[in-house]
Amino acid sequence: MKNEMTVEFSSRSENESFARVTIAAFISQLDPTMDELTEIKTVVSEAVTNAIIHGYNNEEHHKIWMKCTIDDSGEIELIIKDDGIGIANIEEARQPLYTSKPELERSGMGFTIIENFMDSVEVTSSPGSGTTLHMVKQLAKTKTVYN
Amino acid sequence: MGLYSVFEVKEDVLVVRLAGELDHHEAEALRKKWKDMIYENPIKHVILNLESVTFMDSSGLGVILGRYKEVLQLGGEMVVCSISPQIKRLFEISGLFKIVKLAENEEFALEALGVAS
Repeated sequence: MKNEMTVEFSSRSENESFARVTIAAFISQLDPTMDELTEIKTVVSEAVTNAIIHGYNNEEHHKIWMKCTIDDSGEIELIIKDDGIGIANIEEARQPLYTSKPELERSGMGFTIIENFMDSVEVTSSPGSGTTLHMVKQLAKTKTVYN
Repeated sequence: MGLYSVFEVKEDVLVVRLAGELDHHEAEALRKKWKDMIYENPIKHVILNLESVTFMDSSGLGVILGRYKEVLQLGGEMVVCSISPQIKRLFEISGLFKIVKLAENEEFALEALGVAS
């Protein structure tokens, strides 16, 4: 059985922690390990931060969408979307240490961390039409044994 | 949640103790305070105590890297200590251990920098 939720929030940096807490609360029904929970929270934090800083150039009046679908097998499907400026060269953006904003002291590790913590990451983006991250992660199944 | 920071100068070492969540939202204010402490005190090295940090992402790495570069210009070193397994993994993924030293706790970190605690 699938369970799903969607939230829409302003592109304000305060909402980075809101998005992390929200995703943690929703996936907690799958009984994730502490490591799995931290990984998903980190991924959400990276993706939302990217949307705010890069998608919307730190303008706070835009919207970010987060959708999460979970199922009994422990699969988490996570979509984070913005309507911002988009990414011209996705391959370049995904490179470790790459940042389009070095003056802001970005580490350039956001995408690399997302890719490390998720099983699959798909980026859909083009200049002027926003960015959508479609990610999937399968939680370890060993814990859920029912008779 | 938020982030709390405490700074202490011991000889030529700036000890930075953080507690809470270090993300992009908190990074800005931390950078300013941390930068001021580096330039307003006659210090050379930095010890970063992450014992009470419950969450960190790449924005946190960015602030740490920024301060590392400043410490390097002062001819000093940066030592990170009391790090959780989760944050350790973040450091490993990003290759930060290639440039900053890791110590078990503050006492060992001070020892590594030749300061008696």
